[in-house]
Amino acid sequence: MKANYGYLDGSGEYFITIDTDLCIECDHHGCVDACPEKLFEIMIDDYDDEVSSIKEDHRKKIKYDCASCKPAGERPPLPCVEACTPGAITHSW
Amino acid sequence: MGEVAVKEFWRWKEYNWHDENKDWKGAATITAGVDVGSVSSQAVIMVDGELYAYSNMRTGSDSPDSARKAMNWALENTGMTLDDIHYVVGTGYGRVNVPFANRAITEIACHARGGNYMYGPTVRTILDMGGQDCKAIRCDERGKVTNFLMNDKCAAGTGRGMEVFADLLSVSIEDVGDMSLDVEEEPEPVSSTCVVFAKSEATSLLREGWSKKKVLAAYCSAMAHRVVSLLDRIDVEKDFAITGGIAKNSGVIKRLEDELKIKSLTSKYDTQIAGALGGALFAKSLVEKERKKGA
Repeated sequence: MKANYGYLDGSGEYFITIDTDLCIECDHHGCVDACPEKLFEIMIDDYDDEVSSIKEDHRKKIKYDCASCKPAGERPPLPCVEACTPGAITHSW
Repeated sequence: MGEVAVKEFWRWKEYNWHDENKDWKGAATITAGVDVGSVSSQAVIMVDGELYAYSNMRTGSDSPDSARKAMNWALENTGMTLDDIHYVVGTGYGRVNVPFANRAITEIACHARGGNYMYGPTVRTILDMGGQDCKAIRCDERGKVTNFLMNDKCAAGTGRGMEVFADLLSVSIEDVGDMSLDVEEEPEPVSSTCVVFAKSEATSLLREGWSKKKVLAAYCSAMAHRVVSLLDRIDVEKDFAITGGIAKNSGVIKRLEDELKIKSLTSKYDTQIAGALGGALFAKSLVEKERKKGA
């Protein structure tokens, strides 16, 4: 399942999408330690699988929390996306 | 002072049922799902993976109390008590407020699982037309959610919107669907963005001389149209099934099928119990998993 964490407002759509079918295959969940803002955590989903998710208190402000990894100029690879070996994480903006 | 009795046209039938031919006493696994929704609450009890009892009633202002009442009503005349149930899953808006639940699971996952049981493994798209929201769910052959979309911004296109119209037109909610189909020509749909706007538009149409049937047809058509736009965004894949209270409204379903050009599956089960049924199925898997761990 594609789990979308984030929100949309007048300025755009701000979602971090985690493909849980890919995420459950990962045994190290590197995204949790890779994120400098510590947005990720491990949760047990409805199917009793361990998957990464975005912490509840960050979901309404990810545009600002992710800003340090998204400079206006040349953008380096996002640490969470780079650390996600199954390729489960995508950002909408 | 005299009192005027007010008929509640929106009020749908509340009921409970249990399988009198089934003996639950020798069962290995008894599980339950309790779906506390925004408008209705259901409790489903399964015995060894088969439907045994259920109740369907209106949700009150107190979620834990609604959960208790729904469960007690499902248990009525069965000889079973809550202590006989091995695992209970709470779902729906009030899922975290089911005091006796062992676990809470989202209604999206539960509707997909329940829909899979009710309609079979060929179902790939489930539309849950609930009391105050609508969910378009894509699932695999095991009833596992692969994608979903929901509208939750307005009561238009939901069960509560239909209740408002039933009351406005003094037509029993159970007759709305059939009456709306009894029109010679399909009218233009009313506003589908807001139930308050739709209500005021309907009042104007009645003043212009439209019949109740024609106004109901315009609202059912608006509701179908709104839901189709939600389904278009998720890309409907066959087989297609509808759960929730609105699945019982022939006027909405016929128009929805015509617009989608897809027939929805039918089931012998009550469409309103899909969420609680999914919860009971999840409960069965979870209790079996716990037993395996303990063995």
